[in-house]
This record gives sequence, C-alpha cells and structure tokens, in this order.
Amino acid sequence: MIEALPTQLIIVIVGLVATVSFIGLNAILLVYLERKVAGFIHRRPGPYEVGPHGILQPFADGLKLVGKQIFTPTGADSFLYWLAPMISMAPALVCFLAIPFGPHLQIFNTNVGMVLILAFTGINVLALCIAGWTSQNKYSLLGAARDISQSVAYEIPLLLSILPIIFMTGTFNLFDIAMGQGSWPWQWFVVYQPLAFIIFFICALAETNRAPFDLPEAESELTAGFHTEYSGMGFALFFLSEYAYMVIAACVTAVLFLGGFQGPGASGWWWFLAKVYVLLLIMIWIRWTFPRVRFDQLLNICWKWLIPLAVINLLVTLLVIAL
Amino acid sequence: MNLDLRLDTSGDFYARKFQPTKSENTLILNMGPQHPSTHGVLRILLEIDGEYIVRAEPVLGYIHRMHEKMAEVMSYPQYLPNPARTDYLHALAWGWAHVGAVERIMGLEVPERAEYIRVITCELNRINSHLLWWGAYLLDLGAFTPIMYSFDDREIIMDIMQRITGSRLTYCYYRFGGVSDDIDDRFVNETREQCSRMKERFKMYKALVTDNFILRKRVEEIGEISVETCRKYGATGPVLRGSGQAYDVRRAEPYSVYDRFDFNIPTYDSCDAMGRYMVRMDEMQESIKIIEQALDSLPQGDFIHPKAPKRAKPPAGDVYFAVEGARGKIGMHLVSDGGKSAYRLKLRAPGFSNLSLFAEVSQGILISDAVSILGSLDLVIPEIDR
Repeated sequence: MIEALPTQLIIVIVGLVATVSFIGLNAILLVYLERKVAGFIHRRPGPYEVGPHGILQPFADGLKLVGKQIFTPTGADSFLYWLAPMISMAPALVCFLAIPFGPHLQIFNTNVGMVLILAFTGINVLALCIAGWTSQNKYSLLGAARDISQSVAYEIPLLLSILPIIFMTGTFNLFDIAMGQGSWPWQWFVVYQPLAFIIFFICALAETNRAPFDLPEAESELTAGFHTEYSGMGFALFFLSEYAYMVIAACVTAVLFLGGFQGPGASGWWWFLAKVYVLLLIMIWIRWTFPRVRFDQLLNICWKWLIPLAVINLLVTLLVIAL
Repeated sequence: MNLDLRLDTSGDFYARKFQPTKSENTLILNMGPQHPSTHGVLRILLEIDGEYIVRAEPVLGYIHRMHEKMAEVMSYPQYLPNPARTDYLHALAWGWAHVGAVERIMGLEVPERAEYIRVITCELNRINSHLLWWGAYLLDLGAFTPIMYSFDDREIIMDIMQRITGSRLTYCYYRFGGVSDDIDDRFVNETREQCSRMKERFKMYKALVTDNFILRKRVEEIGEISVETCRKYGATGPVLRGSGQAYDVRRAEPYSVYDRFDFNIPTYDSCDAMGRYMVRMDEMQESIKIIEQALDSLPQGDFIHPKAPKRAKPPAGDVYFAVEGARGKIGMHLVSDGGKSAYRLKLRAPGFSNLSLFAEVSQGILISDAVSILGSLDLVIPEIDR
C-alpha cells in the first residue's frame, strides 16, 4: 500500500505533520519566552506560579482557550466567521515546507521556494479581512481595513528588498540561497546587503503585525482590532498563526541574510534555530520597548522611505552585478 | 446583515439622539464605556470618516455616585472619606479641599506642623498621580513597559504613605484642624530616600521614553489647545500650563504654607500633547523640590489643633476653597445653614472642564490622535461624574 504512494507525497505528508508539531512547539516556547522576556524587561518575574518558573504556563493558557465557549456574534455570517481563523492558519503550514532547516532537513526542495512563501503569506490578509468584515463589529472592520492597507503597502518593499539577493544568487531556491553564503558571518549576505536586511526586517515586523506596527489589533484604539469578537480556539488560531508567521519571517531572514544553516564550525540545523531565535528575541525586545506608530506615519514610512530606499538599493546592486 | 452602520436605531438614548452630519460616507462609532483607553467608564460617540473624526460627543454619568448629595445628608466628619473617592489618584488634594473649606468657614486654625505634613503628603500624592498618568498614557500610545516602571516607584510612595495614613490609595488623612496622625523619623527618612531615588529615575524616564523618536512623533503637534480654548471651557492644571499660561492655585491664591517654598510653575508654549506631557514630567520634579524644602524646615508642634471639634458644626454662611490638584483646580463651594451637615456642597472637578474641550479639539483628527489627546488630558472619570 505504502509502496504505491509516490515518495514525494509521503515526504510532504510526514513533513506537514512535522510542521504542525513544530509550529505547536514553537508557539508554546514563544508564549513562554515572550512572557518571560517581557517580565525581564519590566523587571518582574513573569509567569511564576504554574510549574517551576512558570514553565507550564503555556499549557495552562492553551487549556483555558480550549475550554472557552465558542461564541458567534449576532448577525455574523458564521461560516465565513469560523473560516477566517482557519484560512489564517493553513498557509502558515505550507510555508514551512520550503524552508531549509538544515543541509539534509528540508521537506520540499523546490526552485520557487521564495515565491511559494511570499504567495502563501499573502493569503493571511484575506483571512483578517474576512474576520474583520464578518464580525459585525465596527472595531473589527476598522482593524481589517488597517490590515489590508498595511499588508498591501509593506509587501512592495518586502519584495524589493528580497530581489537584490535573488539577483546575486540567481535563484529562488532557498536551499541554494543558503548554500550561496559561507559559514563565517562576513560571508553572509547581511554584510553585502545591510540596507536590504534592515528594510526586510522592518517589513517583516509590519507584515506579521508585530509592535510597533501592530495597528490592526491596536489595543488602545481598536480594543483588539480584527479579533475583537473571537473567543476560545478561534482566537487561539489567530494567535498561533501570528506566532507561526513570526517564525516564518525569522526563518526567511535567517536564510536570506544570515547564512541559513551555515555557521562557524559544524553547519547544521542548530545554527539555523539559533539564528531564528535570536531574531525572534529581537522582535520581542522591540515589542516591549517602543510605542505604537500612528497609521498615517506607518504608511509614510513605507511609501516615502522604505520603497525609494529599496529601489535605490536594488538599482545599485544591479549596477554592481552588471559591472 | 445590517450594513447601514450609520444609523444605530437599536442603540440607547444618546446613540439615537446623536445626529450625524449630512455626509454619506461616515460611520458612527461608540467608543466606551468599556474601552481600554477611555480610562474607566467614559463613553464617546464618534462620527468617523475612514479614520478621521468628524464629530465627537462625550457621554458622561456612568459612574455618578451622588457625592454632592451625600454631603447634604452626611455629617461633616462622616463625609471625610468621600472626597478621596471622587478622584482616587489625587485623593489628598480633594480631602484638603473639603477640610480647607470647613476650616475656613469655622475660622479654625491649623497648626504649622500639620500644614507642613499636609504639603508633604499632598505632593507625594501628586507625584503618585502623575506617575500613574505617565504609565497609562504610554499604555494608550502602545508602549507597555513604562507603566511597570512607574508602578515600581508608586509602590514605594504608597508604602511610605500607608504607614502614616492607613491606606494606600483613597486616603482619609486630613481632619478639621490638622491631620489624623503625626509623621515620624522613619517617614522623613524614607521620603528623603525616595526623593533622591526619583531624581535618578527621572533621568532614566527621559532617556527611555521622553526622547523616544516614535513617542515624539505621536505627541508633538497633536491636540493643539489654545489658551483661548482653555479659557472658554475653564480648563486648568497641566492642560492650561501646557498651553503657556502659568496658572497654579498654589501660586495664584496661595493656601496653607505654599508661599514659603521656592518652586517653579512649568509652562510650555507648544500647546500640544507634548507640552502637557512635559509639564507633568517637570511638575513631579518641582513636587520633589517642595517636599525636600518642607522636610528641611519641618517645625515641631501639634499635628492637630488641640481644640479641634470632634463634630464640626460650622456657622451659617458660604465659603469657597480651592486647591491645586494633579488635574487642575479643585474647588469646593460649601453652603452651611449652621446644621450638622452641609446645606449644599458643590464640587468643582477639573477633569470635567478639561474633558469638555475634547469635542472641539477632536474635530478632523485621527482616532489614534484622539486617544493620544484623551490621555494627555489626564482624565479620571469618577472625578468627572462625581
């Protein structure tokens, strides 16, 4: 029976299962990490009661979310309303397929890996749009409207900051991009493309709705933005997908700019995970340090600064390559 | 699906009464009474065009507790804890306004030591109030961390006050003719220690928050309130001083022993949210200056007038007494008919006047800026509703 299935399909299925568990484990770790780092920045212990040093806190949180009543607001289109969190979560799984975690640890080595990730992360906008629209809540609607203009705007500099790397390596294959860089930090693309790295990281923060660009869910303005009405697992799925996209953003940054799984000494998945977690910690650090920007300022940063800078960076790169 | 979001026919009285403008592309948004940045139970009806506010109307009365009526049925000593509940953040200033009004109508002398104790505790309370405002304002702007730091400092001040006054937030410390308990050396030492600690903390606050680029973009040139607008609505306190008018009750009509201390009245001409922010940050440092001077020259003597009446029974007449609270001028107009309780007690809440200018200022601004302006007005809703 098993022999009848194509090998590639088995690999993808096993990979998807592994991806789901990876996302789940990462979410548990990130929830704990986020709260502990926030506590460290706030000079308080953070979660401390559930288990030794609060390590069981994410499980308690998860249990609480599972136990919550599933609630659909009056007048909401319940099919679309409950479809939205799933649409938000599903593409995140696919994105992990193309990411090279290690020299021999990649589920699906495709030569359009980068395009695949960009295409699937774009679907998240649709999910948030549906969630905001069907919630029958004006705050949700405003949150969705903000998210669409934010995501659409920031996708442009995101692409423009990836292109120099693509031109330098001549491939969309993430594995080849990672192999194209050496194992020492000065051989990584961040040294050749510092501006692209900064633009990409800012855009990644904005695309994943992380502070200081968390306007679609700006707590003090829109209560909770697009997920105001969601309870229980609906909210948990949005939460999970937010963390999954954070991890994807960190993974892609690590592959494109920080040499992926390559590192001094022995290359391998350990280097990859270390880089990803350093990037995630930086994201958490930024979140607990800065105030939120205003919406027009957010778009101004994108249209007036990031896009022109990214275009100039791309042109200079092309010029250097051509010479 | 109800797609006509402009007309809220199922809403309550205020929502139905709220008349939107003739424009077709607007949305009525009900901000509050349960909203993270309306600080309690303020409700604002907004008509928005996209993210821009066309019209705003504050709706009050969700935490109206009849404090003025209570003054008419309770005897004077019974009413002592009440003023602290109106504005729980600067409770002592409200208590002071009450006892001050009664003392003035009775012609009761307050011993010098008691006046000094009042000044010290009231200024400590003012620092506490401004610290909470600082943390909450930055929370409104999306920065979570500063409130933790400000509560760190608040905690120490509350511990100091707790030993002397018996409570941590809603103090009932002032009595007619003095204060309820004397301060001791430990209080003096701890206060001095905290003053020197706060000076170091202010440097960190400046480096961490005030000089932050994003914060400056969020507060500079936002919510410009001219002095004329302040005058029109009777705005006082940091809101008026942030518009460049150096009006402070402690200086304009000095009560107690405030005329003996050397302190500045910080004013900023920028009229924006940054001006009001800076006024409060500077005021905390001025308060520390006052506390240190008062501790240096603390006289010995009674902490309460030896012949202070247990049951105050002021003669018939009326009196007005105003103090400077953290949010502005706190006034109490007391009318007595010679009975055990007041005939009428009018509380002038500074927050009410400060809020009333919001409808005018908020026209044509973004929702995010409205949150920023509301925060910069430093509203305490129980005080506004009384």
